[in-house]
This record gives sequence, C-alpha cells and structure tokens, in this order.
Amino acid sequence: MASVLGRYGRKWSLGCVSYHKNHLPRFSTVTHSAVPSEPIQQQQAGRSMNLYSAINQALHIALESDSRSYVFGEDVGFGGVFRCTTGLAERFGKHRVFNTPLCEQGIVGFAIGLAAMDNRAVAEIQFADYIFPAFDQIVNEAAKFRYRSGGQFNCGGLTIRAPYGAVGHGGHYHSQSPEAFFCHVPGIKVVIPRSPSQAKGLLLSSIRDQNPVVFFEPKWLYRLSVEEVPEHDYMLPLSEAEVIREGSDITLVGWGAQLSIMEQACIDAEKEGISCELIDLKTLIPWDKETVEASVSKTGRLLVSHEAPITGGFGAEISASIVERCFLRLEAPVSRVCGLDTPFPLVFEPFYMPNKNKVSRKYWFPKICVTTWCSSASWQLVFG
Amino acid sequence: MASLLRNSGKITTTAGLIARPGFQGGRGFGLSSFSLFFSSPRRFQTTESESRVDSHCYDDEISQKFSVLGGKVPYTSGMRFTSELPEEKVPCYRVLDNNGQLIDSRNFAGISKEIAMKMYTDMVKLNTMDTIFYEAQRQGRISFYVTTTGEEAINIASAAALKIDDFIVPQYREPGILLWRGFTPQDFANQCFSNKFDDGKGRQMPVHYGSKKLNYFTVASTIASQLPHAVGAAYSLKMDGKDACVVGYFGDGGSSEGDFHAALNFAAVLEAPVIFLCRNNGWAISTPASDQFRSDGVVVKGQAYGVRSIRVDGNDALAMYSAVRSAREMAITEQKPILIEAVTYRVGHHTTSDDSTRYRPLEEIEWWQMARNPLTLYRKWLESNGWWNDEAEAELRSNSRKELLKAIQVAEKIEKPPVGDMFTDVYDAVPSNLFEQEKLLQQTVTRYPQDYPSDVPVRAVPSS
Repeated sequence: MASVLGRYGRKWSLGCVSYHKNHLPRFSTVTHSAVPSEPIQQQQAGRSMNLYSAINQALHIALESDSRSYVFGEDVGFGGVFRCTTGLAERFGKHRVFNTPLCEQGIVGFAIGLAAMDNRAVAEIQFADYIFPAFDQIVNEAAKFRYRSGGQFNCGGLTIRAPYGAVGHGGHYHSQSPEAFFCHVPGIKVVIPRSPSQAKGLLLSSIRDQNPVVFFEPKWLYRLSVEEVPEHDYMLPLSEAEVIREGSDITLVGWGAQLSIMEQACIDAEKEGISCELIDLKTLIPWDKETVEASVSKTGRLLVSHEAPITGGFGAEISASIVERCFLRLEAPVSRVCGLDTPFPLVFEPFYMPNKNKVSRKYWFPKICVTTWCSSASWQLVFG
Repeated sequence: MASLLRNSGKITTTAGLIARPGFQGGRGFGLSSFSLFFSSPRRFQTTESESRVDSHCYDDEISQKFSVLGGKVPYTSGMRFTSELPEEKVPCYRVLDNNGQLIDSRNFAGISKEIAMKMYTDMVKLNTMDTIFYEAQRQGRISFYVTTTGEEAINIASAAALKIDDFIVPQYREPGILLWRGFTPQDFANQCFSNKFDDGKGRQMPVHYGSKKLNYFTVASTIASQLPHAVGAAYSLKMDGKDACVVGYFGDGGSSEGDFHAALNFAAVLEAPVIFLCRNNGWAISTPASDQFRSDGVVVKGQAYGVRSIRVDGNDALAMYSAVRSAREMAITEQKPILIEAVTYRVGHHTTSDDSTRYRPLEEIEWWQMARNPLTLYRKWLESNGWWNDEAEAELRSNSRKELLKAIQVAEKIEKPPVGDMFTDVYDAVPSNLFEQEKLLQQTVTRYPQDYPSDVPVRAVPSS
C-alpha cells in the first residue's frame, strides 16, 4: 500500500504539491513557509525527508537513547507496511524490534506489561481501523493503570502508533479517523502530527512522556509530506497547540492531515480579504484550551475541521468548550466542517471529505452570520 | 472426584508430575496419534485410507522450502480429521489421597517444616479473613467482598513455591499470595474499608488489592485482560536476565476471553518466562464449565499454542506447591511459558452480590467443603508428620480471628482519603482541565456540604 501512496496527489491540496527533478512529490505545508519553526531550525540544519522517514528517525533515536525501549507490532521486523520501522531490527536486534502475532489486543496488552516494568514500549497497530480489538486494553487497562493502583504502578512508557485517515483509496477499513473514541478516556493522551518535523518531535515526546499515548500518524502524508527535519534528537511539547498562521477574522482549528486542507482554505480566504488564524491542536487530550480561547477571543469566530464523522467528533467538544468560555465574544455560531456521518466510502471519498471547498464555504457563513450553511437556497442568496 | 469438569465427566488422577510437552514442530503430527481415530464411533476419514495409514511420507523438498508448520510434516494419502477430544482425559496430578496421606512419597518437591507450617497457618488466616470480611459485608460495614473459600491451597501453595522477585499478575481471587508475602490483616482491611491508608486511595472496590513493594500488580475487575500484561512483564524479566518469572492468575471463565488466547500465543512466540495459572473452580458466576468450553478443560489449550502444560489437583497443597515450583524452574531456565490448570471448586458465592444456591445444589457445595476441603486434607498430612494438633489449631484460629476483628475495627475508624485524591494519578501531573474541575467541585461541596459524605475530607484548592 505504501508504494502507491505517492501516486495519489491529495486533490484538494494540489497547490501545496510541487515536484522535484527526481519526481518525488514534495509537500511543502504553508505552515512552514508562513511561520517557520524557528526553535528547530536554530539548533541544527535539517535534511529534507518525508513523514515516514521522520518517524523512522525518531524510532532510531528512541531506541538509541534508551536501552530499555522496544518497538514491535505486526510486520515491524521487516520494516513495516509503511516502512516506518525500516532498519531498526538490523540495528538494534530482534529482541528489541520484533514482529508480533496478528492480534491487536495482544500487542497492546503485552506493551502495557512491558511498560509497567519501567520500559519504553512502542507498539504499532498497522492501521487505526484495526485498533478496536485493543480498545479494552487501552480504555480499561492502559488508561487506568496508574489511577487504579493509587500511583503504585504505571504504564507511562507505552506509546501506541497507528496510521489513520484518508489515503485516496482506502475504503472502509484503511481510512478511518478514530481519535474521538480515545478522547473520551481520561488517563491517555492522544497526539496527531501534521508534518515530518512535527512527527519526529512529537513522537519522541510521546515515547518519553510518563503517560500512555495514542499517536495517530496521517498515512496520506507518509510520503507526500516532505520538509526539512533536523537530524538531532529533539522533542516538541505535548498539550501545547500552535498558532501556525496568524489572522484576525476567524480562528480555524484542526490537526494532522486536515491542516493542509485548512491552509489552502486560508490562502483562498486571504484573496477574498478574510484574515484566518490557523491553529494546530497537536494533542487532543489533554488539549490546550487556552490557546484556542485566546485566539477566538481575538477573532470572534471559530471553525473546527476534522476527517472523522461530525457527530460525536472531537470538534463537538472544542465547540462546546469555546462557546462556554467565549460566548460573549463570539460574533457568529461555531462551525464544524467534518467527515459525513457515513462509513468511510471508497468511490465517494472525494464527496465525503471535508475539503477546502467545504471549509471556505463554511467560514463565510459565520462571517456574514447566516445560520444554516447547508441550505443551498441561502447559499445562492449570498453568493448568487 | 466428582464431575468438576462437567462437560467431560471424571478425570483420572496421577501421582506422577507429568508436564505435557508443547508442540514440537520437528516431530510431525503422525504416528502417535493415529490410534485416536479408530476409537471414534464417527467417521471422519476416507475409507480407503484405513488400509493405508502408514503411507504418509515426508516431502523433503517441500518441507525444506516452506516452514509454515515449523518443521517437517508428513504427507499422507489418507484424509483424516483430528479428533475434537483426546482419547483419554489429561490426568490430574496429586500428592495426597482423600485422607491427606502421601500417594507416592517420591513424586513431589521436598518441603521444610517451616514452610509447611507457614503454608497451613496462612491458609487458615486466609480462610478466617474470608469469614470475617464476608460477615462485615453482610453487616453493611463494607460494600462488597469476594471470598477465596475452597481455593486456599492454590493461593498459598503457589505463593510458597514462588520467590518474592517473581511478579504476580492477579485476577481477584488470589489475596493469599499477598498474605504470604507480608500484606497484613490491617493492609487488607484498609483496602476493603477504602480508608486513607488504602494504597489504592479508595478508588477501587474492596478486594482490588495491589502492592508495588510485594511485586503484586493491582487487581482489576476485568477478566483475563491481565494475562497479556503478564507476558509483557515476563519479556522484561527475560531481557533483564533476571532469575525470576511472572505468574498470571485467571479462572475457567477467563479462558474464554480473547486475551487468554492472545497471551498464550504471545508468550510461546516471544518465549517469555511466564506461568499461566488457571483456577478452574467449575463456575464463572452461574455459568458451569460445561457452558464455558467443550475441550478437556483448560490444560489442553496449552499444547495448541505450543505451551507446556499440567493439570493439578488445586485442593492438594503439596501438589500445587510441587507443580508451581517445577513450573517456575522450567519457565526461568528454559525461558518459556508454562500453563497450569488447577482443578478446584468455588465453595463460596461468586461475590457478595451473588447467591450461588440459586443455580447449583447445596449438596454439591457441601461435598466439596467436606470431602475435598484443601485445609483439612493438608492438615491431615501435617498431623501425620507430628507437626500439628487440635491445640495448635484452636490457638491459630482464635488468634487469627482476634487479629482480623481488630483490623476491621481499626480500619473503619480511619478517615477516607481526601477528595483531592480523585484528581491525581489520572496522569503523572494534574492537567489544567482537572485542576479546574477540582476547584469547581470544591466550591460546590462547600456550598452544599450536607449532600456529600462527611467522612471524606475536602481541602481547598489553591487558585491558579
């Protein structure tokens, strides 16, 4: 599957994709051209790499820097179906990097036991779509391990990596974004990176964090997203959102692959004279309410966007929290642009996706205070 | 022995400690098991093959190329299905007969008088604790309780056969291991009364004990989900080169959970020094073993995963001690998992929320309590050695009772943990949303104190 990823341009972000001489798709997020990540670049010049290579580098560093760290999962030994674990078994040995039987509850349960013995256990679930057999282990075991023991035991060294989200051809079971299920579970952290350099820094933080972390990797960006990634060992803080584009009219909040869509919408909006502030939440729980609150207090408008179905999605939580905190400063209803409430559909994926058209259309509405965005009649009234 | 494994009728007992070897890929499946097929009344093989049963052969070229079955596999022209049940049930290893006398003095691990005495003492203490705590629950002094009655030998004898460096990953009917390792009656009582000295900070129901100091993972109510943890922990011991193993306890019901199967398979593949100790007590709440599985109990599942296994009389303390000691030795020296099925009977109700006489005959419970009481059997052996008598028994029971009664009297007077303990340990540090929620809660309780328990201290939350 990984090999075909490169063939799929993300239709709605073609503006971001340019091609080098070697024909490798280069994904330069506007994030980094607009707001360079200075702290990283100051430390050390980076090397251009894609997201799976950045993950691979983070895993190398994690295994190198801590002899009590382990990486395992289905097909991990030969490098993984997305190549994220390439070269690890050869370098660190088959006792530290290994295949497991095909059993997600076993992988996570085993990882909890390993982490409980003061190890860093990095478990790979091959696709987020297949994480559900391990749901009980995550929800009832990992999340409560410290709490139920009164702090005597913990499995804080546990990190569960799983590729998530649309990929252009994944259908029901290679496309889902299940992050909201895990955001309802006190005791775990949920982290989703947007780009290679973010992925490396956030993964190293997740592995070294003293709490179990579910780390969702945007599989569409594994090969597509390419940027300068510092070679050295660095960590990016968890539970800290980042304003990646400043603006004054509306705040857009998202995470992972969806940010590239939202950035395109921001660029389009700018041409229309609308100034968008874009926030990458990065950590979904515990999430950085304060940064979002400060931004919405300034702009007076909020739009949240995610690939997962809208109903019960994490966007609902953000909306409710911000309405509670910013009600008197809001100048328009909070908007959500999300996946539809259907199973993820193969041939209808372009229609299902919360693409930049849907985002652009939606943020106009809070701007002009139209309440029902989905009414085509009112849409025509506004835009003719 | 009564039909404990209800679906499978009587099982034989053996005085010889025989561990069943795991699957040895190189040996093939062939010859030794053929006799099973002919004993079946049903036909599950081609007729012509009957005259050609020995025509199987090894195809060297293919078996060298493909190792999917882990070694050479004989080919045969006869179509045969394996039997769903072995011809004979796996025998149950025991050391003591029904009168508590040695069946064969050679076939069990030697045991010192000191250890033997402590085993009995702790079995009696455990039994006494169950009686007193059960009564305390009935009097409404604690909310819930789980007895271990009938399974004292499994608890104490397995604990005695292990070392303190061995990690225990319990279900919830194994408090005897904690008792053996030094958890005091007061420690047990503090947990059951959820007072401020409960190491679990009053967050879990009674009997959900845990002790970092005693290498005993905290109990969870979930079933069999601890078994994959046992494998992970054992893998850590393996990588650290420790002279120790992990023991994961579970029940017959737990063997139906996916986590049980995941754990055995992972342990075999990853060669983890872990003992899976199944307390097959015949009942999962009201579900008898016959509604739980159709296999010859739990022991046979080990071989399917390539795990060496043994069935033991769980009410025979000496058999349990011997089997667990041998299992420990093998798990550590050979770095591999072992499965023990301890055959026993849950004499008590499932929990204090259950009345088991609604689904099983009283006579059955009484038979196990009288004829197969693990304490009585073991005491007879102690007495035959001249190590125990009625006087010692009376003194031990009286002292244990006093000690436990005192423990609950003390425990119930100690105040509960502060409400602030509700917000810690969710994460390593309290995140801002929890800090905010604690502050709001504190304001609410201050305003409506009459609506909240008065024995739970509420401390002021400093403003951020």
